[in-house]
Amino acid sequence: MAQGTTPIESPETEPGRDFTTVSGREVKPVYSEADIAPDDLGANLPLPGEYPYTRGIHPSMYRGKLWTMRQFAGMGTAEQTNERFRFLLSRGQTGLSTAFDNPTLYGWDSDHPLSEGEVGKTGVAMDSLQDMERLFDSIPLDQVSTSMTINAPAAWIFTMFLANAERRGIPFEKLRGTLQNDILKEYIAQKEWIFPPAPHMRIITDLFSFCAEHVPQWNTISISGYHIREAGATAAQELAFTLQDGFTYVEHALAAGMSIDDFAPRLSFFFNSHLDFFEEIAKLRAARRIWARHMKERYGAKNPRSWLCRFHVQTAGCSLTAQQPEVNIVRTALEALAGVLGGCQSLHTNSMDEALALPSDKAVEIALRTQQVIAFESGAANVADPLGGSYFIERLTRDLEDEAEAYFAQIEAMGGMIQAIEKGFPQQELTRAAYEYQRALSDKRKIIVGVNEFVNENEELLIPILEIDESVERDQIAAVKKLRETRDNIAVSRELDALERAARTHANLVPHMLDCSRAYATEGEITQTLIKVFGEFREQSFF
Amino acid sequence: MSGSPIKVVVGKPGLDGHDRGAKVVARTLVEAGMEVVYLGLRQTPESIVAAALEEDADVIGLSVLSGAHMTHFKRVRALMEEKGLGDRLLTGGGIIPTKDQETLAALGVGKLFGPGDDPDAIVDYIREWIREHPREDAV
Repeated sequence: MAQGTTPIESPETEPGRDFTTVSGREVKPVYSEADIAPDDLGANLPLPGEYPYTRGIHPSMYRGKLWTMRQFAGMGTAEQTNERFRFLLSRGQTGLSTAFDNPTLYGWDSDHPLSEGEVGKTGVAMDSLQDMERLFDSIPLDQVSTSMTINAPAAWIFTMFLANAERRGIPFEKLRGTLQNDILKEYIAQKEWIFPPAPHMRIITDLFSFCAEHVPQWNTISISGYHIREAGATAAQELAFTLQDGFTYVEHALAAGMSIDDFAPRLSFFFNSHLDFFEEIAKLRAARRIWARHMKERYGAKNPRSWLCRFHVQTAGCSLTAQQPEVNIVRTALEALAGVLGGCQSLHTNSMDEALALPSDKAVEIALRTQQVIAFESGAANVADPLGGSYFIERLTRDLEDEAEAYFAQIEAMGGMIQAIEKGFPQQELTRAAYEYQRALSDKRKIIVGVNEFVNENEELLIPILEIDESVERDQIAAVKKLRETRDNIAVSRELDALERAARTHANLVPHMLDCSRAYATEGEITQTLIKVFGEFREQSFF
Repeated sequence: MSGSPIKVVVGKPGLDGHDRGAKVVARTLVEAGMEVVYLGLRQTPESIVAAALEEDADVIGLSVLSGAHMTHFKRVRALMEEKGLGDRLLTGGGIIPTKDQETLAALGVGKLFGPGDDPDAIVDYIREWIREHPREDAV
């Protein structure tokens, strides 16, 4: 570090207080000029909208356009989720975000034996184009942008979305939205994979290429730190592993022969906003600076749009408590404000009841209202990067950047992210961090209000809790069985066979998946067809 | 069983990938002197009970945050009875509403833990349960 430190001793410190961040970072009592490099407030800190975009991707930030208010929603059947979507749009939400149930996230149909008990529980059940038609019924897909949180089977769920748009006469060029499509963080954190890494990376690259040609406004991937953080990572680990995953996707697309400026402008990111207000803001600023520099200087991108780290932010689910859930509204508001001051492009605010169940209508409405208060009442949206130039924020931004670079070097030395994942390196780093954080809670070095301090022993739960009716699973299974009896099964077999043949070559698989989707092949049938060629991934378990 | 450490099989049944809690608890149990067999993700009730039988475990701990807890806990409990493990403790944690915890308790499932609970409380609970429920095959 070039910087010095503020020469202030801490004369008075209350005994027993902890002064580390939620990531365990030591912070000092005060920051001054002595804590930053001379250029960190000058040449190294251009205005918002200027490379390397530390202060934001647009010159006027939220004056030009507010962030998109996008609440992640999905439960039960496609009809129920459609109803929730329309409820949110009616309350002033400006984009949609789809949560799928576990069987869908693993590429299985609702009637797969291992789907039992899971259908529609943590998201909407999606088996075929038929469910996609019902999910987006009456929603103007050429006007509302749509995000889909799905990874391992992302490409063939997306082709169902495309097939539905096609049936409704909406041209692919008009579709706007984001596919999460980030398999690397699945191996690291969320654990919803199907194949080993190589075939997944191939399909992701196929999708970059297909969308560059046919769906130009679509964000082909949302490279996600969110789940890495939820699984226990520190802010620096979230930043480092996410951006390293991003470099890995870039390198695979380049190796497949694409040119950087053809796909890089459609790469997007997804970060967590945890409780440590200033550290989170610094992390988001550091992410923009690191990404811009690597894209321009390391990968030679020429189009300024390729340099932009555009991201969605979600408040930290792992910071929510089951105890006194109404207090979660306050936690979420602080985290959301950090996301806004960090310059996010879209934002999800968690609902107060999410440590207990999927959110109720009431809880999700308050969560959305929280964003609206920040946008329209707090004044936070009036000025771009209002914390830019703060000694503390600039020093934290620099420190997080340096820590991320140290991780990049360590991972490169292992041969890259895929090799690091195969060795279990990022997984072990965050398992260790999660354990250390839990110890800090057990030892009360860290305080969570209402959980390990200020506990209300006689608490009564006074908020409504959403339940998913058991009939959802029965209805969904009946619907998929009926579909298999009524569709043109000769066409389905023909398209699945064509997909299998293509998978054995180097052909782009997305057009074949689209043909399968058009024929109402189910998600599970497409998955099984590809497993025949690509095999399945097995994790080494450790703790 | 006096003298030998308490043996706990920890697993995640079904499709839920949230393994942060299960891993923190597994490590806490080991630090407390218990022996932990961590089965990891994508287990079935059958595979978990088979492992408990093979390991002669004292305790089975399930982690379910996917909403499928009723299906998985009920099936594991039924299989434990069927395989002669009815005298062992079935406990666990996740996002499990109080109402469901009560239903499961009536079926012989032990205490279930949730977000915010201290992992050390799980250690205490297991130790106390074992003390109060000596195994029928104990010499």
